[in-house]
Amino acid sequence: MRIASAIASALAALSLASAASAQDFAITGATVATGDGSEPIENGTVVVRGGRVVAAGSGVAIPAGIQVYDGSGTWVTPGLFAAATDLGLWDVGAVAESNDVSAGNAPFSAALDVAPAINPASQHIAISREGGVTRATVMPATGSTIFAGQGAVIDLGADMDAVTRPRAFQFVEMGESGARLAGGSRTAAHALLRSALREAREYGGRAGIAGGTGRPAESRTGDDLPIDPRLAGRDQADRNSDVLLTRFDAAALVPVLEGSQPLYVHVERAADIRSALALTREFPGLDLVLVGVSEGWLVAREIAAAGVPVITMPLTDLPERFEELAATQSNAGRMKDAGVKVAIGLLMGMNQPRFAPQQAGNLVALNNVPGATGMTWGEAFAAITSVPAEISGMGGRAGVLRAGAMGDVVVWDGDPLEVSSAPVRVFIDGIEQPLDNHQSRLAERYRDLDESDLPKAYDW
Amino acid sequence: MRAKPSIGRMAPCLLAALALSACATTGTTKNSSAATNGGAPYSSTYRAYPGAPTALVGATVFDGAGGRIENGTVLFAGGEVVAVGGADLAVPSGYTRIDGTGKFVTPGIIDAHSHLGDYPTPSVDAHSDGNEATSPTTPEVWAEHSVWPQDPGFSRAMANGGITSLMILPGSANLMGGRSVTLKNVPSRTVQGMKFPGAPYSMKMACGENPKRVYGSRRQAPSTRMGNFAVNRQTWLDAKKYAEEDSPDRDLAKETLVGVLDGEILIQNHCYRADEMALVLDMAKEMGYKVAAFHHAVESYKIADLLREADVCSAVWADWYGFKMEAYDGIPENAALIHKEGACVVIHSDSENGIQRLNQEAAKAQADGRRIGIDIPDAEVIRWITLNPARAMGIDARTGSLQQGKMADVVLWNGDPLSIYSRPEKVWVDGALMYDALDRKRRPVSDFELGQPGEGDVK
Repeated sequence: MRIASAIASALAALSLASAASAQDFAITGATVATGDGSEPIENGTVVVRGGRVVAAGSGVAIPAGIQVYDGSGTWVTPGLFAAATDLGLWDVGAVAESNDVSAGNAPFSAALDVAPAINPASQHIAISREGGVTRATVMPATGSTIFAGQGAVIDLGADMDAVTRPRAFQFVEMGESGARLAGGSRTAAHALLRSALREAREYGGRAGIAGGTGRPAESRTGDDLPIDPRLAGRDQADRNSDVLLTRFDAAALVPVLEGSQPLYVHVERAADIRSALALTREFPGLDLVLVGVSEGWLVAREIAAAGVPVITMPLTDLPERFEELAATQSNAGRMKDAGVKVAIGLLMGMNQPRFAPQQAGNLVALNNVPGATGMTWGEAFAAITSVPAEISGMGGRAGVLRAGAMGDVVVWDGDPLEVSSAPVRVFIDGIEQPLDNHQSRLAERYRDLDESDLPKAYDW
Repeated sequence: MRAKPSIGRMAPCLLAALALSACATTGTTKNSSAATNGGAPYSSTYRAYPGAPTALVGATVFDGAGGRIENGTVLFAGGEVVAVGGADLAVPSGYTRIDGTGKFVTPGIIDAHSHLGDYPTPSVDAHSDGNEATSPTTPEVWAEHSVWPQDPGFSRAMANGGITSLMILPGSANLMGGRSVTLKNVPSRTVQGMKFPGAPYSMKMACGENPKRVYGSRRQAPSTRMGNFAVNRQTWLDAKKYAEEDSPDRDLAKETLVGVLDGEILIQNHCYRADEMALVLDMAKEMGYKVAAFHHAVESYKIADLLREADVCSAVWADWYGFKMEAYDGIPENAALIHKEGACVVIHSDSENGIQRLNQEAAKAQADGRRIGIDIPDAEVIRWITLNPARAMGIDARTGSLQQGKMADVVLWNGDPLSIYSRPEKVWVDGALMYDALDRKRRPVSDFELGQPGEGDVK
């Protein structure tokens, strides 16, 4: 008992210390980009109190007694929101035992949940934090079937509490990859998806468990998706024997069917995009997000009319696969112009989250290429801040400098979309973050190659 | 490595190679690499396309050799650079004058590490022609025999990246992957029509994880790093013996190796780790050859002094990281730290996407250096993607800088090429205008893309 209570006190002290380190501060005289799609404001001010943004823009009053930082010569923005990453799921991509991105040998699919696997101490989180990324969605990759499982919303703070919102979405592969996984054809992927959703409907309808169709239990952030009671072992319902999904997988798809958990669908080809949009005719509850979408510009009006947002990799401009024949860097801008909500994402593997500003900057550059369609600076910056935050369900709270938003603030040494710029200070929930990591320590050690006194191993 | 992740998978780590090829026709040992008297086989049929005498005036000029001229003038005619100077340089009559005010001029950008054509798009199995992964040493294969000239990636590299020359390498599955080929980035019906005239061949070698994984998983040598070295050394010894034989039967593999020992064929060595690079330098000394460049050299910063002394270039990415164990110590300051020690830096792509943005990668590497106190002038940074790769490929006497008499491979950028906001406006190869952002028809469209959605789009 004494040990347990000592641990409890220590934990309480830790959390107090952590809360106490949230600073109240104002940054003045900076170029401020709020992330909401507007253009940057010269000589702006940002005020953060109690871990939240109080105000951002010009003509902002600075509360008395608050710490004031001179931001002249810098840019101040919300932290970047990286959509569809694999942060915290791997250390070294090609070292299988360090890689939790997919689970090809697992008996489960839709029930897989990245939340307990995320490692907040991952170097990739630290490196992304140094790059100004403060929030992200983490998406599993498919293993042996089209359902990859459930992704999460995380923050990149230097603490052990990364997951802001577990089970934030389900991810399914359609298109070429889905076809191969489902059995060799798009027909198989569509049959499997429909079969699975119908199983979930039947399962959800017959389960008769308290809480199964009612209001979700209260949770920490107010709109977390709780674990379905059936996953907690309170399921007394029978199932038909003629099913493809495990009980866990079927239960995991119930909130997808009901629309309380968004379904991220990877499609690239224009025809596949239309087929995905058509799913809502059979399953009206689905809350779709399209992922990939390199031929989206060909059917941009239909995507816009369906009100379905898109997470895309905007610099895709080669026919890597037959489903991407129409790929062009103008895709994101053309979709945006047609009224589609477009976020830059799929920042995984070699495409690191810290590269998001480079991709956004390239969209601005496109506006100077005749015949190409890019984005304005404000639109492009929103595509890596407020827009992905909105798609993740964190709209108004992350990726934006607005009263009441989380105190995620990045101070840059120049235009954040310019490749030569980098963060100099990063705050998450008002807490200033360390920016060192394995890479920065190596750079310090090898700043010179002098070993005249001792080997490099003593230089730390 | 491919830069673009396929969703749900790590990018395959198998690709990566270097190499080249050349028209080696003479040798100092008995059995030279040419082994033919009738000129080099598969020789270049490239001829420069017609171009008008052109004067670029008023732009900021980076000459590729470290020079910078504000309000400069660049003259080219007959496929060659005629003169480079300031505003006072007179424009002869008969020249088409292009106003470059507010714009920038560089030499054509050069990528020393590409797999375009060997791993073309669409990336289907039927197009996977970059690794002859059936034996750990395949010096007998030539990358040019795999190049598909209709790869749409060539056009993207030109239009978005200003690429005018590039080296196509075999992959890195093998210790010795075969010969590379150096190309001019001009559309052609045949690979011979793209081959850079007179460029030396290179042979691609690979250290580390890839060869030992590929062959170790088949329960054959090499399965370890020491196995890598043992197989390499024995192969070199066999080649030296072959070189001394009287009238041996032709052996394509050994002809390539003897060409290396004769100094006619360059070595492009995929190698990530510093300790392995140091061992390779000793192997080269032991066997009597020279390494032109280490590619993917993410740890060069740890031994930049050794690399300077050995006069070896490091071909690196700006900031790729962590995708495989031997990339775990990669740092964004790598290029700047190598440069600071006085060793040769090349920014390479190894990617059909990265090749479209070598200028941006160079700018990132420059800025990462500046943040640890290493200030490198813009004009020096441009050298990392022009003259230095030309040097690593053995074509620096012909291209890579704007110097009188060199090939008129020139890019006019609509802004500072080290800024994210700039793109090529015009690209000339040997003085012929091959891309013009302002002229929709002056943009190559590969056979593959005809009649497909987005044909001729800006891409």
